[in-house]
Amino acid sequence: MLDLLFLVPLLPLAGFAVLVALGNRMNRGLVATVGAGSVGLAALVAVLIGFSFIASAPEGDAFTQTVWTWIDVGSFKPEIAFYLDSLSVIMIMVVAVVSFLIHLYSADYMLGDEGYARFFAYMNLFVASMLTLVLADNLVLLYLGWEGVGICSYLLIGFWYKDPANGRSARKAFIVTRVGDTAMLVGLLLLFTHLDTLQIQPLMERAPEHWIEGSRIAVVAAALIMGGALGKSAQLPLQVWLPDAMAGPTPTSALIHAATMVTAGVYLIARTHVLFEMAPVIHTTVAAVGAGTLVLAGFTALTQRDIKRCLAYSTISQIGYMFLAVGVGAWSAGIFHFMTHAFFKALLFMGAGTIILGLHHEQDMFKMGGLRKQTPVVFWTFLAGSISLAALPLVTAGFYSKDAILAGAWASDAGGRWLWAAGLFGAVLTSLYTFRMIFLTFFGEVQTPFHYKVGIRIWLPLVVLAFLSIVGGFVDLPETLGHRLWFSDFLHTSLPETEELAKSTVANLQIAAALVSLGGVALAYLLFLRSPQLVGSLVRTPLGKALHQFWFVGWGFDWLYDRLLVRPFVWVARANRSDLFDQIYVFIAWTARIANGVLSDTQTGRLRWYAAGVAFGGIVAVAIVVLI
Amino acid sequence: MASISMEQGLLLAGVLFSLGLIGVLARRNIIFILVSLEVMLNAAGLAFVVAGYRWGQADGQIIFLFILTMAAAEVSVGLALALQLYRHFKTLDVDAASKMRG
Repeated sequence: MLDLLFLVPLLPLAGFAVLVALGNRMNRGLVATVGAGSVGLAALVAVLIGFSFIASAPEGDAFTQTVWTWIDVGSFKPEIAFYLDSLSVIMIMVVAVVSFLIHLYSADYMLGDEGYARFFAYMNLFVASMLTLVLADNLVLLYLGWEGVGICSYLLIGFWYKDPANGRSARKAFIVTRVGDTAMLVGLLLLFTHLDTLQIQPLMERAPEHWIEGSRIAVVAAALIMGGALGKSAQLPLQVWLPDAMAGPTPTSALIHAATMVTAGVYLIARTHVLFEMAPVIHTTVAAVGAGTLVLAGFTALTQRDIKRCLAYSTISQIGYMFLAVGVGAWSAGIFHFMTHAFFKALLFMGAGTIILGLHHEQDMFKMGGLRKQTPVVFWTFLAGSISLAALPLVTAGFYSKDAILAGAWASDAGGRWLWAAGLFGAVLTSLYTFRMIFLTFFGEVQTPFHYKVGIRIWLPLVVLAFLSIVGGFVDLPETLGHRLWFSDFLHTSLPETEELAKSTVANLQIAAALVSLGGVALAYLLFLRSPQLVGSLVRTPLGKALHQFWFVGWGFDWLYDRLLVRPFVWVARANRSDLFDQIYVFIAWTARIANGVLSDTQTGRLRWYAAGVAFGGIVAVAIVVLI
Repeated sequence: MASISMEQGLLLAGVLFSLGLIGVLARRNIIFILVSLEVMLNAAGLAFVVAGYRWGQADGQIIFLFILTMAAAEVSVGLALALQLYRHFKTLDVDAASKMRG
């Protein structure tokens, strides 16, 4: 069964090839069959492989499949090889299944769009790249997947390219993530020059042998890898691209900018966890960045009007939790949260997409309302995703994963209490903005009537993901609640174990998290449903107004970067418009124009001049032959 | 029969060719240009014949036959052009047809 591993990335890639070559000649049904079918088959293979891996792990708890040698130059010999261990098993199962559900949803969602085949081609290429990324056996192949998902993200954000604003968002996303990617590339080169390999497993073995913990080289290498992760996962200070990435079609936001690609940074850090353990400073920085981002983005999500932007900031905040988890060494908790987040955030985005479609592309939450009665399927599934996001205790998947992260933060020795407090505060914000969204969208007066027939391809993915958002957490029940640690036990073959806390401490932490989450919901009920005038008067005070505006624009990062980087760069580019090199090209163009003028003057249109020219030329030719 | 030296023959050919060329360059009437062209062609033919006579070979005369054929073709095209020129410009002046300048 494991021998079929290569099919997992290959099937979506084949789907992409077919759609690119023949997509325009196929009818929509066939396009959807190829687009969603290839991913569906890949998901099927991934799940079968996953179950056979779980049922009987191969020798050494890992399986490598080499397809062919990619490059062979001296000791640099990366292969197209797929490495399957418990971490990548989880990754491919989640990525492939969620991708399939979103493809199914897109088949209906994008039906009216003229770029139907193009959309599915990009999406298939994305899935192929993402699966390559998580299965890569060496960092070069991982980087290929990494750039592949980046370019697909760019193409899909700018999918509706006729609007220049979308192109701007796409470029912004590409350039900002490029900052991180460049750091990562430098990091890879550094690793190769010092450790002479880019195979991930040998690399992880050699690093502790060659380097001393906390030495400068280890810190620099880890910092550069972290840079790549920060860019891709939209963490401070590179988070500015993700909210603008919502310009793309909603299934894209669900797949790339919520469930899969943006969590690649978390995967990268988990995959190269040895490097981060070698550099405690950077490891703590990861946690601090995660904690900072989750609070910052939580505040911003609280003030957004646009439902997709609200979800985007929520995504940044939730990835902050994952960074916090991997930063404090709660590796399995981070991956656990990746999984539950993929379920509920994909669900929320698709639910939001259905609402937006039903309200004729209205994205402003203040113009929605009362949708609960109008579209019960979307309401109940959206509610399931929301309670999972808000981590309502016991019954939701989000509770178990967030709880594991908070416990991990508490247990960490590097400022653990502060990180825990930030995580807990973020939890209040999470349930507050989540239920603000619910109350504004589904409760209250009907403001815009809902016109959309929710077909099976829309509600089936929603229902499946709602189910997973609720029960997905039961694979890892903590000591206090049943003690069934299947998920973390499974991951411990590839990631280090987390420190155990005393049972009573865990219970106390859980009670605190549960209270905070319920308190957030109650507060949201009070503020946004019961007495909205309270918020209104709060926002109208000068301080409230300033804070609201400040949070609304995402803490002014866009403004800052515009002043600090974009404008100086544009200014320098303008100033250099006519530098020496330009002058060379201008001179060439000038010469050509002058020569053209001279020669065209000889074209008098008079036949006898031409004859004279021919005669003169003949005389010259004869003279040359005779005289020389 | 007194033989004509090659130098005299080639000189005659050269003079004829130059006269023809001057005619082509100086004349504005397209008919005269065509006639001058014929003179130039015949000058070239004469040079071939003289050269063939000098070496005692028939090649020169064969080439002259080719030149005659070519001249016939050239004249037919040239006269057709002359007709078109007259139809368009109501004149035989080639300088009238000078619209294709750079």
